[in-house]
Amino acid sequence: MSAVVKIEEIHKIYDSGEVPVHAVRGVSLEINRGEFVALMGASGSGKSTLMNLLGCLDRPTRGRYLLDGIDVSGLDRNELADIRNQKLGFVFQGFNLLSRTSALENVELPMLYGGHHLTAREMRERALHSLEIVGLADRAGHFPNQLSGGQQQRVAIARALVNRPEVLLADEPTGNLDSKTSIEVMGVFQKLNDQGITIVMVTHELDIAHYCKRNLILRDGRLVRDEPVRDRLLSATELAKLNTAEAEAKLTSHS
Amino acid sequence: MRLTNTTKVAFSALRRNKLRSLLTALGIIIGVGAVIAMVSIGNGAKAQIEAQVASLGQNVVQVFPGNFTTGGMRSGWGGASSLTIEDAEAVAREVGNIDGVSIEVRDRQQILANGLNWNTQVLGESPDYPYIRSWPLASGAMFAEQDVKTMGKVAVIGKTVADQLFPNTDPLGATLRIRNIPFKIIGVLGAKGFNLFGQDQDDVVLIPYSSHMRRVSRRTNISGILVQAATADTSATVQTDITALLTERRRGREPDFTVRSQVEIAQAANESSKTMRGLLLWVAIVSLFVGGIGVMNIMLVSVTERTREIGIRMAVGAHGADVLRQFLAEAVILSALGGVLGILFGLGLARGINSILGWPVLISTFWVVLSFIVSALIGIVFGFFPAWKAAQLDPIDALRFE
Repeated sequence: MSAVVKIEEIHKIYDSGEVPVHAVRGVSLEINRGEFVALMGASGSGKSTLMNLLGCLDRPTRGRYLLDGIDVSGLDRNELADIRNQKLGFVFQGFNLLSRTSALENVELPMLYGGHHLTAREMRERALHSLEIVGLADRAGHFPNQLSGGQQQRVAIARALVNRPEVLLADEPTGNLDSKTSIEVMGVFQKLNDQGITIVMVTHELDIAHYCKRNLILRDGRLVRDEPVRDRLLSATELAKLNTAEAEAKLTSHS
Repeated sequence: MRLTNTTKVAFSALRRNKLRSLLTALGIIIGVGAVIAMVSIGNGAKAQIEAQVASLGQNVVQVFPGNFTTGGMRSGWGGASSLTIEDAEAVAREVGNIDGVSIEVRDRQQILANGLNWNTQVLGESPDYPYIRSWPLASGAMFAEQDVKTMGKVAVIGKTVADQLFPNTDPLGATLRIRNIPFKIIGVLGAKGFNLFGQDQDDVVLIPYSSHMRRVSRRTNISGILVQAATADTSATVQTDITALLTERRRGREPDFTVRSQVEIAQAANESSKTMRGLLLWVAIVSLFVGGIGVMNIMLVSVTERTREIGIRMAVGAHGADVLRQFLAEAVILSALGGVLGILFGLGLARGINSILGWPVLISTFWVVLSFIVSALIGIVFGFFPAWKAAQLDPIDALRFE
């Protein structure tokens, strides 16, 4: 299998404060196509910084980053924007949808940039297809404030998918969701991963990490553990269990 | 990002804060509206003055009798009675660059015709008079040099006189009595309207100056000389030449005449409206500047409010230039819409003033187009800094912005 993400001895030092902060201290990592990786660590471990680097939102101070075979560590602002547009999809903790903009238009957003030259109709079709994948085609005309948290996050996932990215990056995608909705959203990720999409997500919740295939643990800017997930949780099974438990709870409370 | 999308996004952002957008544009609406209204009124006044000045004729130089002093008493302008036919003939003979000369004798008389009577100005003139005053006849013909020589009893009447004395019949060929002397009407002048001083120029009867002097007023001096300079450029020369000639003819006596050119009259009339226009321009510049600052202010607020949106757009691939264009488009649309509303407001204001106060207005397409361009430019100039600020944002910081 080919490595879609390959980082070599990557460092990130922030010089802005009085004391330089060495947030990432020499991480090397390969992620292959079709992997589903959870990046974990305590706050301050450097996981957000690493995620920003992987997401081409930031440039490493030292080290090399090959994304889909392209060395992106030396690219300028605009080139990075184009890489983000064409090779990456982002899902954020706070959904980050544009308010007062319909779900469909939110999904169309990445196609407005990066010189796609799609017609309005093609954009619409692709956006609708993306919404279909996450099961929200019937909510295309809804505004974010008319959607539940789980639905909003699924719109965000549809937006991340619309440009057919090499890697889907998710930063605490379940952080703002209750446990059941979290499992549902993980189900969407698992389904996408089953279709061959590479996913890297940051989480601090161990059980959420168990839905992934590979767990990375970061501490003080260094990778301290890299292991495949044993006893992987499947969203469908967990949801079924949860439903049974709920039914039982109702049953007992009624008796 | 394509222009259509940029425009669409900008419009929806402005629609989101309708009241705020309107209030922001208000500065520009008022500025542009004031400019359009004032320019329309100014142009209307200017056109009216120009029309009145032009109604004197083209490049006319006028000679009036001056004042005289007898025994310490000064007569005031026009008091002198020393301007003579000989003076006029000397001008016609010796001054170059002239196209026509008319000797003028003015008098008010009660006239009778068609069983009706009317008090009007009776002008003794030369045959060149309609030509000098650019005053074509509506019907009939002007009297000729022959009529001047023979002191002919012929008359050409103005429109008002024709209307008053011949309400239902054709005055041509009819007889007009001035001091009981019958004059045959051989021509009717076209309508000319009011002059600069509000006098009805059509309330007039023209007869040969010789007939006027010998038969009607029985005087030996003349009321003035009208001279047509060949071109606008020569009118000043003609003026000085006439002054020199008449001064020489006075042989050292105090000059008792005044020579004025139409150019001078026009300049005087224009001077006040010029000052007015200059003042107006400054008012416009200041109000549009203030309007521009309003646009800049609200765009800065908008950029701060939408920092997160900018972060999202950058995360999914927007370049700094895309963000810059988006905010610039918003500022330009805002101020250009303000400009359009301002133009409509100004036109409405001009119309209102015209119908309520009766002031003449002249709407200038040039100023309408200029106002629109200037207001769009204000958007570019004052929207640039906020847009540039937005484009410089770092996507990570922008996404974290609360």
